[in-house]
Amino acid sequence: MSIQQLLPLLLLFPLIGAFINGTAGKKLPKIVAGSLATLMTFVSFLIALTIFLNLDQPVRSLLFTMIDIDSLHLDAALYADNLSMWMTLIITGVGSLIHLFSMGYMSHDKGYYKFFTYLNLFIFSMLILVLGSNYFMLFFGWEGVGICSYLLIGFHYDDEQKGLLNGLAARKAFIMNRIGDLGLLIGLFLMLLSFGTLEYEQVSRMVLVDKILPNGNMLFAITICLFIGATGKSAQIPLFTWLPDAMAGPTPVSALIHAATMVTAGIFLVVRSNYLFHYAPFTREIILYIGLATSIVAAFIALRQNDIKKVLAYSTVSQLGLIFVALGLEAYTTAIFHVTTHAFFKALLFLGSGSVIHAMSGEQDIRKMGGLKDKIRITHITFLIGTLAISGFPLFSGFYSKDEILGYAFGHSLTIYILLVISVTMTAIYMFRLYFVVFHGTFRDSKDVEHHVHESPLSMTLPLMVLAVLSVIGGVLNLPGIFLHGSGTHFLNNLLNKNVAGLDQIHNVHPDHTTTLILMGVAVAICLTTLFISSIVYKKKGSVPSEDAQLSAWETFSNKKMYWDELYDILFVKPIEWFSKVFYTIVDSFILSGIIEGVVRTVAFSGDIVRKWQTGKVNSYILWMVFGIIGFITYYLIKL
Amino acid sequence: MSTVELIATILGGLTVGSALMVVLSTHPVRSVLFLILTFFMISANYIMLNAQFIAIVNIIVYAGAIMVLFLFVLMLLNLSKDTEPKTSVLMKISAAIAGGVLATVLVAALKDAAFETIENADNTIGLVEQLGMLLFDKYVLPFEVSSILFISAMVGAVLLSKKEKQIID
Amino acid sequence: MEGTLLNSGVSLQFYIILATIIFCIGVLGVMIRRNAIIILMCVELMLNAVNLLMVAFSNYHGKGDGQIFVFFIMVVAAAEATVGLSILVLLYRNRKTVDIGLFNKLKD
Repeated sequence: MSIQQLLPLLLLFPLIGAFINGTAGKKLPKIVAGSLATLMTFVSFLIALTIFLNLDQPVRSLLFTMIDIDSLHLDAALYADNLSMWMTLIITGVGSLIHLFSMGYMSHDKGYYKFFTYLNLFIFSMLILVLGSNYFMLFFGWEGVGICSYLLIGFHYDDEQKGLLNGLAARKAFIMNRIGDLGLLIGLFLMLLSFGTLEYEQVSRMVLVDKILPNGNMLFAITICLFIGATGKSAQIPLFTWLPDAMAGPTPVSALIHAATMVTAGIFLVVRSNYLFHYAPFTREIILYIGLATSIVAAFIALRQNDIKKVLAYSTVSQLGLIFVALGLEAYTTAIFHVTTHAFFKALLFLGSGSVIHAMSGEQDIRKMGGLKDKIRITHITFLIGTLAISGFPLFSGFYSKDEILGYAFGHSLTIYILLVISVTMTAIYMFRLYFVVFHGTFRDSKDVEHHVHESPLSMTLPLMVLAVLSVIGGVLNLPGIFLHGSGTHFLNNLLNKNVAGLDQIHNVHPDHTTTLILMGVAVAICLTTLFISSIVYKKKGSVPSEDAQLSAWETFSNKKMYWDELYDILFVKPIEWFSKVFYTIVDSFILSGIIEGVVRTVAFSGDIVRKWQTGKVNSYILWMVFGIIGFITYYLIKL
Repeated sequence: MSTVELIATILGGLTVGSALMVVLSTHPVRSVLFLILTFFMISANYIMLNAQFIAIVNIIVYAGAIMVLFLFVLMLLNLSKDTEPKTSVLMKISAAIAGGVLATVLVAALKDAAFETIENADNTIGLVEQLGMLLFDKYVLPFEVSSILFISAMVGAVLLSKKEKQIID
Repeated sequence: MEGTLLNSGVSLQFYIILATIIFCIGVLGVMIRRNAIIILMCVELMLNAVNLLMVAFSNYHGKGDGQIFVFFIMVVAAAEATVGLSILVLLYRNRKTVDIGLFNKLKD
């Protein structure tokens, strides 16, 4: 089969899975429902792998034409180049592992089949997002993943204690994403206005080959709108507060959607439109600083969070910020590299935390954990690997990708480099704090819970192990030149430069080898130092995160998430509530109700009058009929 | 005014008068009898119009059959007494106005229906021979179909007035 | 009498007016009478008014078609009277009255 034929199949399988589970899932045994969903995703992965290995040229596969009118032609088509296939591999690969993990994690949940329906639907939407051949398809997928994210965050909406909070978190994520989506949508309209098409191929040809560009302001507007969309989906300042709240969803969801795949949609969007951003330096500047600010702010907040998933959530935001810095520096391949490694180790960390939570009977507060390293060995080791990878421990995957970003930042400006180093340092600090507090020291929850602590089943530990291996060796994907000269290095760079529109035209100044080595040295030093200090503070001294009341000023500031939610509350929620109240009292209850009740009264009044005509007596009906006939004849007589 | 016109006017006046009496008589049997009289008057008008066959059929079918049926039902239901409740005065007045206005308007609409006199009209069209030729030639299909109408009316009448107690409400 | 003369010597307008008046008397009867049988009779009266007009026009045109129509109208009237009267009998059997003022089910 040709790639054109394989591409739709790739999308079809998760859809079939979602359909079967969504319609008949309730009647299926749990093992069947779960295996079906996992299998469908895995088959998708295999197809994606086949396509990926056979892909030389970008391939476009037309499904059907959506709109074909005078000025607008929109196809529902799929488009495979190395970028979209790489993303597809991440989505389906990590997705399969997380499906597998969910089979164990969700095994006691009554909404089991529903969960897998949503997961498969999510995979489908995400595949549309990355495989669509135009921005409109991307938007479809974009909204699709949004709704799946909403459904999955609020998955336990009927929970007795936290149901309402889960629902609110889902709503928050949805609304915040809506703001970003609006930006994206406006961006698409502007793009349609200035290019007349939304097809990637056509837009890129116009920009790169024909050099037809809208004027600077228009281009700025388009790119900034796209970026606003990206901030919503990829949780950047100012639209990032939904992501930590999204941890209300089941942990596999956090791993799949809110760490590994969906949140990278914004990055994918920017990389896909790189040729537009190339000609909009001011937007890139904005992206750079927003990414930088997000990275630092989120890392700072993560320092004093006590919920194991919240720490990871802020860590995700921080890492995404880091990737956006890379995007701002036009280091697109590096960004994708970090997206890849981040998908590995963040999925690993989230799944690990899921395993921990599973072991702790649902407890998420790290102050109650401790000393788990001997009780859940596999989780412990894999989690450690994830921690080391994200902290940039030498030779682990995070080390390479992060180092590349730092290298580009150094090449751009020293200030940005230093700020990034601060962010990276904080990352290492909170990750080691998390690791040591959870796995070392003494167990701090009740005996009852301790008694229940157990290692997770194989379906959960297997994905952990696979991801751990990937987290370790992920760096191989894009080894820097200093390690091996010649072939084998910069694999991902070369791959993406090969047939992704625009990427081959960007030539970044790579730091020379000496500088690279020095920068690596700095990174290694930071990582090792924080590891050392953390192990002394949390392992040797056995100190435990203090209660909220005893926190110092900066700790409270971090613990309270820098009061972002409160700030938004004052800035947006309160005024809107005030406006609503005003509109309710004046417009709604006075003007609108007045009009509507007036209409009602008029109708009732006229009805009372007209009702008397309906006597039920045939005679009077005939009388009126005769009058009617008279009226008709008179009318025609006069007309004649 | 020629003799023919005089006769026509007198006949017309009698027709209208007896028709009015149908409506105005309070006694149902009297109404029926006046209606029969009206039909005779109308038959006389038919003869005036050279429609001899229709005149005879009118008397046979209407006065002879249909009105006897009415009379029969009246007697059967024992309604020959003057028991009809009075209609309200308002209703009567408005009905009279409506009827009058309708008549005026209809006359206004119809009075110009004829434009010219057709000369050399055949005086024999109303005879049974002429009508028979027309009926069994041009209108043979409607004629046959009307038999189906009669059958269904008969079946309907039998079905409706069967002895079993039928609930209407 | 002015207007178009028929071959009988009477004007067509005369018969138009006569038929209209009889028709309107029928309508009047339907409106003011409450005895269902009388109402049915008034309907017959209206049909006869139409018949008269038909015959007058037939004469005016010098063609027999109008009279054939009268023939068919009679057929319909006979059928209608049959069914109508049997409905009345049925009504009477159930309600012991044929006063349509009491049949005001249309109101419900």
